[in-house]
Amino acid sequence: MKLLTHNMLKCNVKGVNNGYPLKIEVTTKEIRETEMNPAFLQGIVEKLEWPVFRAAAAQLGEEGLPEAVTPELLEQEDFLKKFHRALLEVVVVEGALICPESGRKFTITNGIPNMLLNEDEV
Amino acid sequence: LNDIVVVQAKKSANAFDSNENHCHDYEHVYEPSDDTYLLVDTLHAEKALLDSLRPKLALEIGTGSGCVSTALAKLLKVPPAMFMLDINPIAASVASRTAAHNGVITADALVSDLDSALALHHKVDVLIFNPPYVVTPSEEITESLIARSWAGGKDGREVLDRLLPRIADLLSPTGIFYVIAILENKPEDICERLRNFGLSSAEVLTQRRAKNELLMVIRASKFESIADGDLGQAKST
Repeated sequence: MKLLTHNMLKCNVKGVNNGYPLKIEVTTKEIRETEMNPAFLQGIVEKLEWPVFRAAAAQLGEEGLPEAVTPELLEQEDFLKKFHRALLEVVVVEGALICPESGRKFTITNGIPNMLLNEDEV
Repeated sequence: LNDIVVVQAKKSANAFDSNENHCHDYEHVYEPSDDTYLLVDTLHAEKALLDSLRPKLALEIGTGSGCVSTALAKLLKVPPAMFMLDINPIAASVASRTAAHNGVITADALVSDLDSALALHHKVDVLIFNPPYVVTPSEEITESLIARSWAGGKDGREVLDRLLPRIADLLSPTGIFYVIAILENKPEDICERLRNFGLSSAEVLTQRRAKNELLMVIRASKFESIADGDLGQAKST
């Protein structure tokens, strides 16, 4: 699971009102290096909940992201590199996502979160 | 025209290097087939329009092997963030490998029932669904993992009908929805329901006869009907 994906995930168990953002429990993580695409980064930023992303990145050891993104920053190579790394290269391979309200745990196995609910949770 | 369609379908099939997908996966995961290729070919035909809309976030529900998501990400000038969802954990795993093997780095896979685990209110620019559309008894839908990829219950609509009311909430103002249907799914009724659920346009965009099925792709969006090419030209000049 990339932090890009974490930014979009919520707990949808019946009765939960505030299942976002999910807490991350990391058992193993990897850095999978990939080629940076500035146009992608400049576009996706409007879809992100930036404070959530920034906090998740810091938790996974990717410090130094600014509190807010400006158009000027989106032109700066060193910012884009940090952004790219935290958003796409950091992968939680094994671990869990935990609902902030109910404590419901969703496992991450082989990099893939399992968000399925039991019948009594729908 | 039939020749072109066949050539396009073959081209699409070759566009993916699925060597990493071990054959045994296809016992449990829907193997790319005529419906997959129609969807991929349709997206190729939509390239100018899609590029003009600059999609930043795409969601494929029921991704199966991940071929369609991979094709979309590779097709566009700037790849969108691509979320590949499947209720079948083996499919999510295959989709993840397909994307990675083809160099798509902006994609991630997850195991989910439809979009229920995502917080994507008005964020989705391209929504793709190749639902289980075969008309079957309702019980068959949950019979096995592989059945979930094709068994659609009454009118082949039971799974799609759960998604329809949620689409307007998912799509961004310039968002587009592409969905596969067959004649037995009552495509005109699907379009009407999409309009009733708040989408401005909904129409059958492409169709192709494949064996015993008349396959089609329905396209729907929040903006008024799209004159093919016009929007693409208007925005890119």
